[in-house]
Amino acid sequence: MELDSKIPEGPLAEKWSRHKFGLKLVNPANKRKYDIIVVGTGLAGASAAASLAELGYNVKAFTFHDSARRAHSIAAQGGINAAKNYQNDGDSVFRLFYDTIKGGDYRAREGNVYRLAEVSVNIIDQCVAQGVPFAREYGGLLANRSFGGAQVSRTFYARGQTGQQLLLGAYHALSRQVANGKVKLITRTEMLDVIVVDGKARGIVTRNLLTGAIESHSAHAVLLCTGGYGNVFYLSTNAMNSNVTAAWRAHKKGAYFSNPCYTQIHPTCIPVKGDYQSKLTLMSESLRNDGRVWVPKNQQDAEKIRKGQMKANDIPEDARDYFLERRYPSFGNLVPRDVASRNAKYVCDEGRGVAPTGLAVYLDFADAIKRDGRKTIEAKYGNLFEMYEKIVGDNPYETPMMIYPAVHYTMGGLWVDYNLMTSVPGLYALGEANFSDHGANRLGASALMQGLADGYFVIPYTVGDYLATIGPGDKVAVDHPAFKEAEQRVHDMNNRLLSIKGSKTVDEYHKALGHIMWDYCGMSRNAEGLKKAKKMIQDLRAEFWQNVRVLGTNEEMNQSLEHAGRVADFLELGELMVDDALHREESCGGHFREEYQTEEGEALRDDANFTYVAAWEYTGDNKPEVLHKEELVFENVKLTQRSYK
Amino acid sequence: MKITLKVWRQKNSNTPGKLVEYQLDNISPDMSFLEMFDVLNGELTKKGEEIIAFDHDCREGICGSCSMYINGRAHGPQTGSTTCQLHMRSFNDGDTIIVEPWRARAFPVIKDLMVDRTAFDRVAQAGGYISVNTGSAPDANEIPVPREIADTAMDAAQCIACGACVAACKNASAMLYVAAKVSHFAVLPQGQAERTMRAERMVAQMDAEGFGACSFTGACSVECPKSISLDHIARLNREYLGAKLTSNNLQG
Repeated sequence: MELDSKIPEGPLAEKWSRHKFGLKLVNPANKRKYDIIVVGTGLAGASAAASLAELGYNVKAFTFHDSARRAHSIAAQGGINAAKNYQNDGDSVFRLFYDTIKGGDYRAREGNVYRLAEVSVNIIDQCVAQGVPFAREYGGLLANRSFGGAQVSRTFYARGQTGQQLLLGAYHALSRQVANGKVKLITRTEMLDVIVVDGKARGIVTRNLLTGAIESHSAHAVLLCTGGYGNVFYLSTNAMNSNVTAAWRAHKKGAYFSNPCYTQIHPTCIPVKGDYQSKLTLMSESLRNDGRVWVPKNQQDAEKIRKGQMKANDIPEDARDYFLERRYPSFGNLVPRDVASRNAKYVCDEGRGVAPTGLAVYLDFADAIKRDGRKTIEAKYGNLFEMYEKIVGDNPYETPMMIYPAVHYTMGGLWVDYNLMTSVPGLYALGEANFSDHGANRLGASALMQGLADGYFVIPYTVGDYLATIGPGDKVAVDHPAFKEAEQRVHDMNNRLLSIKGSKTVDEYHKALGHIMWDYCGMSRNAEGLKKAKKMIQDLRAEFWQNVRVLGTNEEMNQSLEHAGRVADFLELGELMVDDALHREESCGGHFREEYQTEEGEALRDDANFTYVAAWEYTGDNKPEVLHKEELVFENVKLTQRSYK
Repeated sequence: MKITLKVWRQKNSNTPGKLVEYQLDNISPDMSFLEMFDVLNGELTKKGEEIIAFDHDCREGICGSCSMYINGRAHGPQTGSTTCQLHMRSFNDGDTIIVEPWRARAFPVIKDLMVDRTAFDRVAQAGGYISVNTGSAPDANEIPVPREIADTAMDAAQCIACGACVAACKNASAMLYVAAKVSHFAVLPQGQAERTMRAERMVAQMDAEGFGACSFTGACSVECPKSISLDHIARLNREYLGAKLTSNNLQG
């Protein structure tokens, strides 16, 4: 199949308005004749479900949580970008577009990114009208802060809980539509398959997590708003239940998966402590506005710290290496995430890491506290400091925080065109679940922007175009054999998992996979390691299906069974990530191939050969996936070596 | 550390439950409380025993999923903290820890430590929003909000809907949860249009769900992981009274 991105013709700034005008409309009275399924109720899902219901469509929204408000968007801390230029510091839609496309190391579509920047301003308006309590100046107007990869202050925030407040805004809008009867909200229910009949998405098969009931739901269009796949690494900043299952099962039904190797390793997370650890906690990037990142200049001091013979505050100023400020004087501590993470890895590899494991660097607020006073710092970051103290047991007002990079976000995801439609007609992917806007690296405060842009301001227009084309009669009922067959497949898979009765827990396999992914497909990759990882994943997957132990039955609340199905999918996705990382013989953004770097250790792109989106097509169990390429065309920015010096 | 756990096990809402004792010998003080449950569930799986069901997700104190009643306190011995943020260093070697689900009529037990909190969502659906359709908003800076008002709104809005307030209350009242939402919108200029209706409807739904009355003991605020202040309950009472006195809805 030829990949058509459907990027509209015309000047960059006019593409979206022209496209909107060209899209078919569904007349208001006919909207009620269409059913739309939305899977996931995070920022993308809740905003889409609410907005589509407001237009008059019948929406069924699914979440595996007990409440729509618990999706992991809620944990986003720092903020949301918007090109409002309220600070009069030179921001514009074009600058936000430029920063985002450069931040993504020129591996995203110009048209998509420009649209994102364009609607960013509407998002802030919408959220304020919903009552999102953004930070304010004393005059009552909105406050901003700066984030990595930008030299303007364009980030709107609600303390360190911006994701929570934005999600609650969308949750409130969704609740209103539930009350209006336009959204049927189905909780504690997981999507396990998507139904495709005559080449179009027709509905989904779900499992009720309370009763185990396998059920079918039919609709004219299906929207996957199911987040990213960072939990393939086991340890990540994702929530425990975040998973790739919905996206992966859609992939197996014909939706191409794009750039799976583009994963974001966030520089400021609380370091790993022990084998029992279940997740990693992010410390917002906003901390790098005031915190200074350093390690000791020499290994001897670092070793004493690791052994507990010295403390951070014992190291005199001239024996500290503020390595980001030293290497990148113009962006300093606010370089993009991929750059900050890689540099933390370098200094730890040099034996200058702190913490007993040697895998940590300091993030120091002493200068900021001296300059602005403890009260100011507390007002800005109080909740983050508290969270750190609870987890680590150290007081960051007195001693520097210890941080280390951790898996945080996945730029890859289901391939979508400009309308957010996957390669399966009628099947859409929104938010982190798609691949579209962040290229090879996402800038801070852009995930919230993209999730809400897709849900509030893109899908309400683009889904109508598809629905108007197919007409209300083009729907398949749940008694169609395709639904029954899919239900049976889900039953069979669950029964198979339950019947293995092996000796290792699901968690043990998940951890083993995570180790492979982190060691060979993490912050840096090389061909030899990736080849080794591929074999290891295949072996692990084979062993999983022979030896995993899942107790209980399908017909009850069974958390082991839920987890087992998700890990089974991760074991397949992991191999595709490795394939993708191996085939992309260049370094870009979060994908760092050791063989391709500049003399200074920066990512070295190969624009002549790799300026394309990789879109992988599933061809059958244990068969190699087929690579399709969507060439990226740059008409408005010049591809340069990304520099933050 | 060695820990003795007594955990509430209950097959489903129709079956009586009981406390079951478990011994754990290799617990690190740096482990989180839920990681201890992961370890225990791993051991139970190996032994062929059914794992303990509990709600959890973000494990960083914000999603509001986790909900354990630990040694007689919602979310355990720390204040301003969720269960997932609790670490074993808060306990001593050799301790016996009793873990129960939230206990409230409006939150029926689903299984073991997992309860049904959808009553909260129905209260939100009754009026916990500002009616504004996508696309119809004015420029964000056209609605100035004084900083102290924005701060008050944020203090209330940071509720995570975990239900600790209900669990901690001897009457299983949901006043703090409802107050937080009513208060968030009542102080903001954007929330004025639906102000009276919101207070009336949310309170009515709260009552319909079977939550108890508020006798203002303050336990909810003490156990709230976000330390939401009792001031908001005072504001809810004022909002509700004001609504009843001035509302166009004479029936209510």
